[in-house]
Formats: sequence, structure tokens, C-alpha cells
Amino acid sequence: MANSLRGEVLNLYKNLLHLGRDYPKGAEYFKRHLKNVFLKNKDVKDPEKIKELIERGEFVMKALEALYFLRKYRAMKQRYYSDVNKTN
Amino acid sequence: DPGQGGPASSRSLWSPWRLLPCEPWPLPQEPLTLPSPPAEQIRVKPDKTGVVTDGVKHSMNPFCEIAVEEAVRLKEKKLVKEVIAVSCGPVQCQETIRTALAMGADRGIHVEVPAAEADRVGPLQVARVLAKLAEREKVDLVLLGKQAIDDDCNQTGQMTAGLLDWPQGTFASQVTLEGAKLKVEREIDGGLETLRLKLPAVVTTDLRLNEPRYATLPNIMKAKKKKIEVIKASDLGVDLSSKLTVVSVEDPPQRTAGVKVETTEDLVAKLKEVGRI
Repeated sequence: MANSLRGEVLNLYKNLLHLGRDYPKGAEYFKRHLKNVFLKNKDVKDPEKIKELIERGEFVMKALEALYFLRKYRAMKQRYYSDVNKTN
Repeated sequence: DPGQGGPASSRSLWSPWRLLPCEPWPLPQEPLTLPSPPAEQIRVKPDKTGVVTDGVKHSMNPFCEIAVEEAVRLKEKKLVKEVIAVSCGPVQCQETIRTALAMGADRGIHVEVPAAEADRVGPLQVARVLAKLAEREKVDLVLLGKQAIDDDCNQTGQMTAGLLDWPQGTFASQVTLEGAKLKVEREIDGGLETLRLKLPAVVTTDLRLNEPRYATLPNIMKAKKKKIEVIKASDLGVDLSSKLTVVSVEDPPQRTAGVKVETTEDLVAKLKEVGRI
């Protein structure tokens, strides 16, 4: 049980690190914060608590994906559609 | 049933097979407390032949991401059998193809052009390549971004359709498969236009068509097993010569400070002063 959770946590870290490459404040900044947050929780033993933290991490992943999409969408909208009377 | 969907994420990245530098992103306006993105300045080369692309981060053309996304969605709805991602340009194109594969394309084709020649590859050359590939792979649908954000030509899709003598639905904001026909809703100046195209057809994608998924790490890993075929334009019998030469590339003129005036008389006087009237 603990082993599979460990794998999940490691995967979460890797996935977040990958997502962090495009972070607005820079990949280094993101990596530092990511490491801090994970290290802060390194002594958590309760599997339920660990699952909760993993869920929170997955939420952050979704938030980052949404951020990146919004940024790109807004950039394109501003660049190509600002003169046109569009409803969105 | 259409046999294959062949989306060409052409002009991705390096549209037209030239390198597409990562533009500086504008400030986010949403309420999220996010810092402004670091400005990655685009610089014109001293010899004015183009912009500096060495060492600049590149990524798939945003409109092409939308094309890839649409193709993958069609496959997920089981309306197309196979999605092929195509890119034409230097070796770095393979990274973009990998992104397309991570998004869900089944296999990739990289039409390799040496970096030195990549500058001459424009919409017409790419269209020739795509037309030949579309015939070779016997695709039913070619999906492209409406334009590349480095050259803003907005020509490749149209030229491809012309060379193939296929119908085209450009600036698509909605695509619906109806048997052997494709209903395409287009964004035009007056509003929306709906067309029904007989397949095979070419479609170019506009911003509102869909929201492209992010290529997550697990998907990128899974996509490593997918194949990318590397060929040359000459293998397809395509001539990449161009009748266009870039004469010069320059920075836009610096905006000078505005001048405030108090009265209409002042305005007229000022305009006369600068020779505008």
C-alpha cells in the first residue's frame, strides 16, 4: 500500500515539474516552490492524508493547464480579434 | 465511413517550416494573482534577413494545436480511424510532432528540410508537400491551423485545397461530420457562414473551434512508442523552390510620444506644422 502511494507521489512530482517548465515566473522559481512543498510534507504517514495531498497536487496540475490555456487563448484573441466585434 | 483523418499540424512550430519563436505573452488579466510573464524579446538579425531563432524556445503554432485537438476529438468520437501529424522543416520539428502524438495523434511524418533551406519554405512549398502526402496517405480530411503566427500568411490551407482540387472550409469554428459530408461553420466578417463540404476536404481552424489539451508527461511518455516517419520533399517529388525573396526584416518603427493640444485651432496648426494637411 505504502509502495504504490510512493509511486503515485513520485509521478505527481514529475508531472508537476514537467508542467512547471512554462510557468510565468520561470521554471526555476516553480521547481523551488515545488520542492519546498513536497519536502514540507515528507513526514506525512497517514495514507488518507497522503491521498488528500496527492489530490491537491492533481488539482494544481489542472489549474496550471487552465492557466496556460487561458494565457495562450487571450494572447491570440488580443492579437487577432481585438478589432472585430466578437461576443467572446 | 471516412477511412483516415489526416490532420496536418503543418506550419506547426516552425510554420512555414521556419522556426516559430515563442512570442512574449501579454499580462494575464484574470483575477488570479499571477506575475507577468518574462518578456522573451524577439530580435531582428543584424543582417535584416529575419529574426533570431537560435536558442529561442519554440512551440506548436497555436492554431495548429486547435487542428490537432479537433482531429483527436474526431478520433475519440470514433468518426475517424487514424490521425497523422505532419510537420515540414528542420529537425526540431520532431519535437512538435511528438507533442501532437502526445495529444493523441497516431503517427507522425516529418518532411525534413535542412535548416539552411528552411527560410525559403513558405505556404506554397508546404502546400505542395501536404497535397502529395494527402494523396499518398489517402486521407479524407486535412486539418490545419488557419495561419501561422510568425508569418501570418493564412495561405497554406487554401493552397493545399487548390492543389488537391478539394473543397475547403477555412476559419472553422465548428466541424460536424455528416456521413460522407462535412458541415463547417466559418467565422467571417459578417458573422457565421455554414458550408457543407463533400469529403475529402481541407479545413483550417479558428480560435473558437476547441480548447486544445495540454501534452502531459504521462501522455508524452506513452507517445514515445508512436512512429515518426522522416522523409525528404524530394521523396515526394515536391519542388521546394520559391519565387519569393525576403528583401528585409525590420523592427516596427518606434512609437513616438503623442502631443496634446487644447483647442481645435491648435490641432489644425499642429497638423499643418507636421505637413499632414
